[in-house]
Amino acid sequence: MTSNNIEARVRKIIVDQLDVNEEQVTPEASFLDDLGADSLDTVELVMAFEDEFKDEIRGEISESEAEKMRTVKDVIDFINKKLASE
Amino acid sequence: MATVLEISRTSKRVVVTGIGLVTPIGIGVSESWENLLAGKSGITGVTSFDATGYPCRVAGEVKNFNPAEWVSSKVVRRNDSYALYAIVATKLAVADANINLDEIDRSRIGVIVGSGIGGMSTISEQSKIFHEKGHRYISPFMIPALIANIASGIIAIEFGLKGPNFGVLSACATGTHAMGEAFNLLELGKADAIFAGGSEAAVTPLSFAGFCSMRAMSTSYNDTPETASRPFDATRDGFVMGNGSGVLLLETLEHALARKAKIYCEIIGYSASCDAYHITSPDPTGGGLIQCYEELFAETGVNPTEVQYINAHGTSTPYNDKFETLAIKKFFGAHADKLLVSSIKGATGHLLGATGAVEAAVCAKTIETGKIVPTINYSIPDPECDLNYVPNKSTTADIQYAISQNMGFGGQNATMMFKKFSS
Repeated sequence: MTSNNIEARVRKIIVDQLDVNEEQVTPEASFLDDLGADSLDTVELVMAFEDEFKDEIRGEISESEAEKMRTVKDVIDFINKKLASE
Repeated sequence: MATVLEISRTSKRVVVTGIGLVTPIGIGVSESWENLLAGKSGITGVTSFDATGYPCRVAGEVKNFNPAEWVSSKVVRRNDSYALYAIVATKLAVADANINLDEIDRSRIGVIVGSGIGGMSTISEQSKIFHEKGHRYISPFMIPALIANIASGIIAIEFGLKGPNFGVLSACATGTHAMGEAFNLLELGKADAIFAGGSEAAVTPLSFAGFCSMRAMSTSYNDTPETASRPFDATRDGFVMGNGSGVLLLETLEHALARKAKIYCEIIGYSASCDAYHITSPDPTGGGLIQCYEELFAETGVNPTEVQYINAHGTSTPYNDKFETLAIKKFFGAHADKLLVSSIKGATGHLLGATGAVEAAVCAKTIETGKIVPTINYSIPDPECDLNYVPNKSTTADIQYAISQNMGFGGQNATMMFKKFSS
């Protein structure tokens, strides 16, 4: 239930920020290659994830962590991993 | 002088072939023009923020403007209103010019759209985030949204235009300088066509605070907003800020003729000068503006007595209107009494960096139609402002030559001369 909830929240942020349809936001979709994002969009996306999930990740998303977030699944996995490590 | 003549012999002729306006009195050239002729005011109480407690609480805001009808929501979200007004004004100019961009060489089409201030609301909003949450939460789009040259860049991306592209910045003279620099490039053959003009979205709490602090804004007419901007009237007490954009398509004559374009008028001269006197006050002798006139008439070879219409800067501040009038009288001498001199700022407010472009559009429409827009809210004559300001009611006259003039903070002056087109 929790992970579904996280996925839904991640997907909503992506839909809002990148102006894409919900169907396009598949787990494998790449922000840069499939969802029309540019480098500035990805910076803003990570800021939005950090803000939305501040209770789950309890801290900042580092630059090296942000660089690894290339697909929708990367983001969901990152947040779940943070939750599991509590 | 020899150099000037040599350039004019070899230079290309430049014409106005498209107009796009987004103003407090209309979206599109027809609506804005008809409302100007009818003497309507676009000034209301401020609606975009709570102006309670500010000495000035009136503004010319753009009504019924929904950028999402014109561009993608991504473009809307990334950009400041000043850039969105400019994109929409350019789309309107493209439609008005009836130009098919697929049939022309886009590497020869430039964009020079400036802004007096740039992304003021972006600066304010991001500054708040900076102080409340810290540097990590500043948007990666803040810098591109606020820089005053981005309107030109975004317009180029939107239409794929790869010719000369930059912003021009001279506060309230921005629109005229932008058009003038475009005119120069076209004369020199550096491009075939240029979208030129200005855009402004400075009706924000921070800019109101700044301009009020300067005592530059109107404060006595908050209960009757539509009467607050009253250029050349004895009871004027400051300017009223307005939002909007004007973008004109300027083309070399050969390019315009090749595509059988409708021609509003020809641009035959542009001059620029500086008062070098004070950061915000105009030179009390009118010297900077007079120097512009001298160069404008030397360059065009037109006799001052041939000019029938001046679209004045006419900001409704006590100083501007007085010294602008003085400069006209000093330079034109006895002919000053025969001139029709009107300011649209009574109706639109002062669109800062956009105003020169909107007023150039008015000059083009004046020459095209033979109709002169009035200076509205004119009721009590000021002994120091005693020209024919076309008070309150439009008039008609066959105009062969018209001048648009604007002065910006920094003492930066620009004038442009328009001529009825004949091949």
